Amino acid sequence: MLDQLKSDTITSDLLRHIRLNKAFIIWMGVLGISFLVCIYAYTIQLRDGLGVAGIRDYVSWGLYISNFVFFVAVSLIGMLMTAVLGLIGIKWASPLARIAEIIALAFASVAGLVIISDMGRPDRLLYVFIHGRVQSPIVWDITVVTIYIIISLLLLYLPLIPDFKICYDKLEKAPKIQRTIYKILSLNWNNTPEQQKIIKNSIRVLAILIIPVAFGIHTVTSWLFANTSRAGWDSTIFGPYFVSGAFVAGCAAVIIAMYFYRYNYKLKDYITDMHFDKMAKLLVLVSLVYLYFNLNEFMVPGYKMKKFDAIHLNELFTGAHALLFWSTQLLGLVLPIIILLFKQMRKPLPVMVVSIFVLVGAWFKRYIIVVPTQEHPYLPIQNVPLNFKFYTPTLIEILITIAPILLAIIIITILSKVIPIIPIHETLEELEEPEKVGNK
Amino acid sequence: MSEKEDKPKNKTRREFLQELGYVGIGAVIGGSAIFAGINYDKRKRQIDRIKVLTAENELIEIDRKDAGKVVKSKQEVLTYLQKEGREGIVGKRWVMVIDLSRCRNARKCMSSCQSAHHLRPEQSHITTLKMQESLDTPPYYMPKQCQHCDNPPCVAVCPVDATFKRPDGIVLIDNERCIGCRFCIAACPYSARYFNWSKPLHEQEDKDLTYNVELNVPQRKGTITKCLFSADRVREGKLPYCVGACPNGVFYFGDENEDAVTNGTTKETVRFKKLLEDNGGYRLMAELGTNPRVYYLPPKGKSYPFQDKDREEAEEHLKG
Repeated sequence: MLDQLKSDTITSDLLRHIRLNKAFIIWMGVLGISFLVCIYAYTIQLRDGLGVAGIRDYVSWGLYISNFVFFVAVSLIGMLMTAVLGLIGIKWASPLARIAEIIALAFASVAGLVIISDMGRPDRLLYVFIHGRVQSPIVWDITVVTIYIIISLLLLYLPLIPDFKICYDKLEKAPKIQRTIYKILSLNWNNTPEQQKIIKNSIRVLAILIIPVAFGIHTVTSWLFANTSRAGWDSTIFGPYFVSGAFVAGCAAVIIAMYFYRYNYKLKDYITDMHFDKMAKLLVLVSLVYLYFNLNEFMVPGYKMKKFDAIHLNELFTGAHALLFWSTQLLGLVLPIIILLFKQMRKPLPVMVVSIFVLVGAWFKRYIIVVPTQEHPYLPIQNVPLNFKFYTPTLIEILITIAPILLAIIIITILSKVIPIIPIHETLEELEEPEKVGNK
Repeated sequence: MSEKEDKPKNKTRREFLQELGYVGIGAVIGGSAIFAGINYDKRKRQIDRIKVLTAENELIEIDRKDAGKVVKSKQEVLTYLQKEGREGIVGKRWVMVIDLSRCRNARKCMSSCQSAHHLRPEQSHITTLKMQESLDTPPYYMPKQCQHCDNPPCVAVCPVDATFKRPDGIVLIDNERCIGCRFCIAACPYSARYFNWSKPLHEQEDKDLTYNVELNVPQRKGTITKCLFSADRVREGKLPYCVGACPNGVFYFGDENEDAVTNGTTKETVRFKKLLEDNGGYRLMAELGTNPRVYYLPPKGKSYPFQDKDREEAEEHLKG
């Protein structure tokens, strides 16, 4: 009887946020209007060409490509949280798996749109499929990102099937069409042992499958740079350097989302201080790995100081990009590690604030990786206007860069208004399990 | 000739005459048509018929006098030019030699290239750089364009086969295929590629022209442009635009298979291998393994001093 009461409370707690309220409508309104402004900027680019952005013949990849790398990076967290932590049986991570998976899905699918905004001829997008050459890393990237999106979608959906059934049963006040969709998506879930077995096995297979694919998407993304012979990109460790950096950005994104859900959706009992403490520790761990790769990436060429490496590194360490470089390294990586080593700093609010620094730092770090290298090619930049030599993003370009960020937030917001953000079925299962053990 | 063929049986005179009339008219028309046709065909086959290869690679026979009437749609011409452009010129291996000791930074190569390919002032398939290897070594002028590498990084990374390497050594770009991802710009170590960031210079004037992949005209917004070794001129047996425009005898152009290159200014043809051997020829950034088809002769015994006003710009590149 008491158990029934408890599980009812849990169910109603976890379903509470699935409704339309004023805050949601206002928030979506603000996001939507800002997004439309950014889309207007993109129509200008479509009409007048990529020249409306600050990119030119020498620095030809700017904000858009930096943004693309950032989006792919953040999306990797889905793999780490659901697959890696799930497979090795880390219990505390399972309530956070869905948040991670929503972020992964939103960022991975928007990454595909970001790359379109960088195309000179978006009308010829289909040529990549019609005339695609398997030798080009771009074709590899499109292939693995598509596979990653599909597996992420399945990894979000399969654990949701029992929850859709719960949504259909409990959300009697929801609009009829919404309940019908829940019913269809629940695929006649009856919680039979056979169904449970199928779902468990499928999730397990997908969780194993997604690990190499996730490594693939960010390694291939790093190869867009590392497969050229430019000083600053010509590096053999770009793959692991990018993947470890991706986990840093992703952990920070999940922590920020956790904080938001905990307070706005009143989930204090489900996303607890313990979760923030654990996530902060995970963030420190992945940041240390990333720091190690940074050390390799800058120290090895820095020791030799070959002609063009030296020009590049001088530019980063003491030149025009020094302020940005040291800010990302110190505020976005070194200081967060130090701060989060202290137990009292691993409370929700400080962890969230640190994560914002980490995430913003991660974005600018992508800019530092993409842009400065192109300002120093092997041959001198001459006989061109000054704006060809030094890259300055334009307002239109900045708006077009913000658009995908808004779109990702819109997708995350909508998803978290229609599906339970904490897996209900799993939470109830875990509630039963220790008792079963106790009865024996 | 046909009346005799009719053999009426048991018919009234009226019917007979009627039928005779019909058959007669029919037979006259039919017979003369066959006769004329056979004669016509015989005559035509001998002298007035020609064989024509269509854009779809089909061999058909048409009247010689109709040859002028064959309507080639814009699409057919485009397809033909693209096909021809990808095949290149059989049996040739084009090379260029640039003699740095003769370059005076006259920039006639740049202007002739820009006008031939309808480029903006800031775009130039060839550009003369003020070069300096290190602060202690002398500066010199260096014309630089696409190196037409035998191992081209740009071709490797192109996702849609828009930029390609021809059997005759030329690397071309098909701007009807290019999606504008600019991966080739990122991959090219020679900074030899340019992008049409906005509407091309002669968009209005060129709008009725059929795109020629060997000239890359008309230029298209949102696509790449680069040096083509003047593939259109080479097809006509002429020297490239820049080579012909140089007043100082900097450029040699020719066929590696024939081991002969021709100087664009003096029109003197010399042995390619010997020219390199006698003058210490080298290739730009050979350590990258790109195997360029453009060779340089070192700026030894320059015929023209490096201008003091250009020194600052040459040094700029060496500073971080």
